[in-house]
Amino acid sequence: MLRLHVNPFDYTILGIYFALVIAIGVIARRAIATSEDFLLSGRSLPAWVTGLAFISANLGAIEILGMAANGAQYGLPTVHFYWIGAVPAMVFLGVVMMPFYYGSRVRSVPEFLLRRFNPATHLFNALTFALAAVLIAGVNLYALALVIHALIGWPTWLSIVVSALFVLAYITLGGLSGAIYNEVLQFFVIIAGLVPLVIIGLHSVGGWSGLQAKIDHTKLGAGAFSSWGGVGTGHWTNPLGDWIGIVFGLGFVLSFGYWTTNFAEVQRALSAKDLSAAQRTPLIGAYPKIFIPALTIIPGLIALVVVPKLGGANISYNDAIPALMGKYLPNGALGVALAGLLAAFMAGMAANVSSFNTVFTYDIWQTYIRKGRRDRYYLRVGRVVTVVGILIGIGTAFIASGYSNIMNYIQLLFSFFNAPLFATFILAMFWKRSTPWAGIAGLAAGTIGAAAMHFAGYHIGYFYPHQVYDHTHATINAQMLNFYGAITAFVADLVVTVIVSLLTKPKPVAELGGLVWGVHDPNAPDPASVPKPPWWASPKLLGGVALFLVLVLSIIFA
Amino acid sequence: MSDVPDTGAEAPQSAAARLFDLRSLIGGLFVLYGIMLTVAGFFTSPKNLAKADNININLWMGLGMLVLGVSFVLWWRLRPLRHEQSPPDATGPSATGPSAAGTGGGR
Repeated sequence: MLRLHVNPFDYTILGIYFALVIAIGVIARRAIATSEDFLLSGRSLPAWVTGLAFISANLGAIEILGMAANGAQYGLPTVHFYWIGAVPAMVFLGVVMMPFYYGSRVRSVPEFLLRRFNPATHLFNALTFALAAVLIAGVNLYALALVIHALIGWPTWLSIVVSALFVLAYITLGGLSGAIYNEVLQFFVIIAGLVPLVIIGLHSVGGWSGLQAKIDHTKLGAGAFSSWGGVGTGHWTNPLGDWIGIVFGLGFVLSFGYWTTNFAEVQRALSAKDLSAAQRTPLIGAYPKIFIPALTIIPGLIALVVVPKLGGANISYNDAIPALMGKYLPNGALGVALAGLLAAFMAGMAANVSSFNTVFTYDIWQTYIRKGRRDRYYLRVGRVVTVVGILIGIGTAFIASGYSNIMNYIQLLFSFFNAPLFATFILAMFWKRSTPWAGIAGLAAGTIGAAAMHFAGYHIGYFYPHQVYDHTHATINAQMLNFYGAITAFVADLVVTVIVSLLTKPKPVAELGGLVWGVHDPNAPDPASVPKPPWWASPKLLGGVALFLVLVLSIIFA
Repeated sequence: MSDVPDTGAEAPQSAAARLFDLRSLIGGLFVLYGIMLTVAGFFTSPKNLAKADNININLWMGLGMLVLGVSFVLWWRLRPLRHEQSPPDATGPSATGPSAAGTGGGR
């Protein structure tokens, strides 16, 4: 019943888009002569390109459909995932952390850990990241196949293979440049596909006030329009739990951990042509991020009003956007929206594969398995690893189509590894006393802490609606528990890192140049010789304005 | 197609300066889509018009995409990329190993 009526005009639009996707890979190939050209775009891209790719790498279709679903299910509290859960971390990455990443010339986030700590910490992070990246690429592939099957009726296996081949083609040919250029193009196509839904949808429900009036009569009720309502500790009613979880768990630990240490994101900034462009990468990405809720949450709310039985047995919250596409869009506009949706799925996969191949080639193969070969050798390794990564992704997608619960467990498992990362990085960058063995010990302790909190939380009544324990565990507020798990991981990592640091020997300061706050990098260029960006492109100004916008919007929609 | 002269040196030169300008492609795609949708917008059937709550969405979307596409083409034509001193590795005393790519002159 969700089937879209796609006609030849829509297929022409889709065909043009997919031809261009491949063309980008083919033309970008000319610009690849070294492994760094292939894996880091030769560190040559302008800030607007890396900035839009930075946001696009996160704007996968799972994110778009999922946030629309959250909008329909929770209402405006969903903005926390954007305003408090992303923008401050992006500003912090650009203004504070990027000089350490880009200035030290590391080629990946794990490589920073290698130089700051030791091989044990490095290997732990590189392996968990690489594994998570290929498996999550498979999750994207599987989700894509499900949507294609529902919308245009292709069999699942066919869409898995065909879309994997497209991604394979443009990344093996064009490398990171192919991925990033496609991400920028995708950004504009997905916006073009979503804007009409919002315009027609708001028009048909009678504008913003009409939407508010109609939502009052749904199961969400009037509370749907208050993002900060019901966050009091002890008696929370907000769908995301109390303010401690939202501010510290989501806004601080999870958000900073994801945006500032996830290599799929940071890699986009490392491919920028100079430090100034690298710093501006997450800041330029922050501006679209502030306004994307209008394109995801509002369609979710509209769908709740105009799509009968949304969230019922036959049509899930995740179908909010596809359902609106089918309801409102004529052929033509439909083709563009479909192109954007499919492109978003491929980008979600491509971002993971293009960061996986870099970490595997540089951090695992070159560091531990085959050292000191010529660069041409590593370029070839990078290409082969890309193919292998995609094959593993395809395998994962096929396994997922048999046992869809496995995907949830995989994502849960990797969330345990991600939760403590920010604690380790913040100490690494700002406390030169933290020692090599404290790195791995802190990460391990944080991972265990997150897992322990997750399993303990199911037996704590506070995490259930009305703070009443439910023996079936069915109604637990999983988001809130996730936030508290992150807080636990952060504290455990912090405490263990400090204790182990005080008991073990620190690295000599001479080895920390450019990696830690206040330790001068002898290789850094003379600050006077580096050209300053114009005043309007200063990282502090861009970051400050972004934070100000978020503050104003948060007050308006409190 | 690793046909860049190796010059016998250990690290081959980066070819990143050959990367094409993305603005032309974005501009081209959106001008093409814009024309297609605008033309389709002139032939919108009453049924499709009613479906979109009486907004001729193909027409408006087409015009919007045309504006975006033309702006990208203009930006690309008026401020072309300059490949001035594509870096013969600007002395980069990088602490890590084979980072051959220069910083692109910091422009």
